[in-house]
Amino acid sequence: MIRKTGVLLLAVMLLAPFAGPAFAKDMKAAMVTDVGGINDQSFNQSAWAGMERVRDELGIEVVYMESNQEADYAPNLETLYDQENDLIWGIGFMMGDKVREAAEINPEQKYACIDMFYQDPPKNLVGVNFKEQECAFLVGYIAGKMSKVNKVGFVGGMDFDVIHRFHYGFMAGVKTANPECEVLVQYAGAFDDVTKGKSIANQMYQKGADIVFHAAGFTGTGVIEAAKENNRYAIGVDMDQNFLAPDNVITSAVKRVDNGIFNVTRDLKEGKFAGGGNVVYGLAEGGVDIAPTSDKHVPKAILDEVALLKKDVISGKVKVPANKTEYEEVFK
Amino acid sequence: MAMLNSLGFILGTTLMYATPLLFTSLGGVMSENSGVVNIGLEGMMTFGAFAAATVGYFSGNPWLGFLAGGLASGFLGFLHALACVTFAANQVVSGIAINFLGPGLALFLSRKFFDGATMTYNLPIEMKMPKYFNNMLPEGTFVRQVLNQDISVFMAFTLVLLIWFLLYRTKLGLRIRAVGEHPKAADTLGVNVSRIRYLCVILSGVFAGFGGASMSLAVASNFFQTLISGQGFIALAAMIFGKWKPHGAMVACLIFGCAQAMTIFIGGTGLRVPQEFLSMAPYILTLVILMGFVGRAVAPASDGIPYIKDES
Repeated sequence: MIRKTGVLLLAVMLLAPFAGPAFAKDMKAAMVTDVGGINDQSFNQSAWAGMERVRDELGIEVVYMESNQEADYAPNLETLYDQENDLIWGIGFMMGDKVREAAEINPEQKYACIDMFYQDPPKNLVGVNFKEQECAFLVGYIAGKMSKVNKVGFVGGMDFDVIHRFHYGFMAGVKTANPECEVLVQYAGAFDDVTKGKSIANQMYQKGADIVFHAAGFTGTGVIEAAKENNRYAIGVDMDQNFLAPDNVITSAVKRVDNGIFNVTRDLKEGKFAGGGNVVYGLAEGGVDIAPTSDKHVPKAILDEVALLKKDVISGKVKVPANKTEYEEVFK
Repeated sequence: MAMLNSLGFILGTTLMYATPLLFTSLGGVMSENSGVVNIGLEGMMTFGAFAAATVGYFSGNPWLGFLAGGLASGFLGFLHALACVTFAANQVVSGIAINFLGPGLALFLSRKFFDGATMTYNLPIEMKMPKYFNNMLPEGTFVRQVLNQDISVFMAFTLVLLIWFLLYRTKLGLRIRAVGEHPKAADTLGVNVSRIRYLCVILSGVFAGFGGASMSLAVASNFFQTLISGQGFIALAAMIFGKWKPHGAMVACLIFGCAQAMTIFIGGTGLRVPQEFLSMAPYILTLVILMGFVGRAVAPASDGIPYIKDES
């Protein structure tokens, strides 16, 4: 009896792959969060919102795994590999190398990683990046137009490429709006030091700046805190941060991680997976934008100019610098 | 005028930085003077910061929040005392356990109370610790730059005075120090060693909780995972550099705060100093100053040794 069942089972298993489309399983996609967790009201949450759209609009099954520490990245990726997903996402450049390792070990499994620009990635891996300079450029323009004292500030988290894109995009925006406007710049050297963010912004406000833009993660909540206490303006980053200080955050340079996730997963479903390279999403692709709440504080006339500027950036008429060299070629 | 402005900024920032450290450091002073090592300050501070932000958010009253922060950490202090005094456990191990327990509990409860988020909701400015001098001091002056601080700053420095008085000018203080130096002698003279130690360790939790609360209700306006990140350990170091004395801890916290303020000030000037050096500077400066100007630091003689009453 047992042997009979065994043979039958074996037969089914052998035949199953030939059973054809009738048995084709639904597509599955999964993501591994960074250490912030799924509800970090920022990066990871935005990524999961993208996955939820993938589920609702494309009918793809989605799951996530949270990383509590950096040591969890690799085991989480491994677990999701065992669960036979069609695409596995890594969220954030912190796990970029781990995702690449996984992709090299499992060449038949497709991977994607947010905020990671890979050099010669394998065929089954894609790096997904954003043109942060373009949204920073628009908020810089708003700051340049709205500053009453011709002095604004920029607080950076750590000194590396992604933040440089925010930094020089912002500077270019300010100078485009108002060549006379001075930009105070300071890097905090950390993404999690609120006290430092607050002190740096305090100093900028005391030096007279009336608007400060931050690209500094949690350090930036200190910047917004300083804006509240000094009754000045601040500009948020990554998501619409107006809810942190409704009277002070005039706009935010929003990075649509959700759109990035959605687009790449949709492309996979349509058989256009961009493996073996990198994709970059800017204003044109809806990868970055300014916050929808901007109309609360920014006069309509300025927003209209921003809309025109946006068109010029998308059409390529205005090229936004992404680093110091490019910035210095255009300005001075 | 520019000079005076810079000085005002540096002094004001020093005070802001020093305050959470100072509260927590004073917690360390209490516990260790009674002979119980408390390396759990970090965990207590984290949990206090969470409890303060949560109660502050739901009650709308920063003072209730501040108190809740103290009480919540006081509870962790009680656990530490239970392990170290009643069960004579290894105090370092218990402290490490608290450092895991505090943040873990905070994140777990945060997910329960705030729809699965690992951060509490943001407090509007009128629900934060008040700044009483905000309207009294004239705008843009030196005095205002220095003294326009959250009320928690003034509370921390008052607490230094109170604890100094308690430890060196009262009978209870003498008993606390006696228990920390030579518990057996104190015991023979009729001092209840475990009761004193319980009191001090719980108070140390309460103060660490105040330190956390002054972060989440004054410096920032919510709690999140990396809000405390290491400040409890810096406070512990400040207490040791301050030779286990409240005024010593105060000086150490001020030096550290000043070093931080200086780096921010220098970073804001045109000087081209690499960011990595600026970030390192406060720690190095603190080390150098304290190595050079503070003599040998001697802990209370029985610090870290559980006291087991000899029944024979």
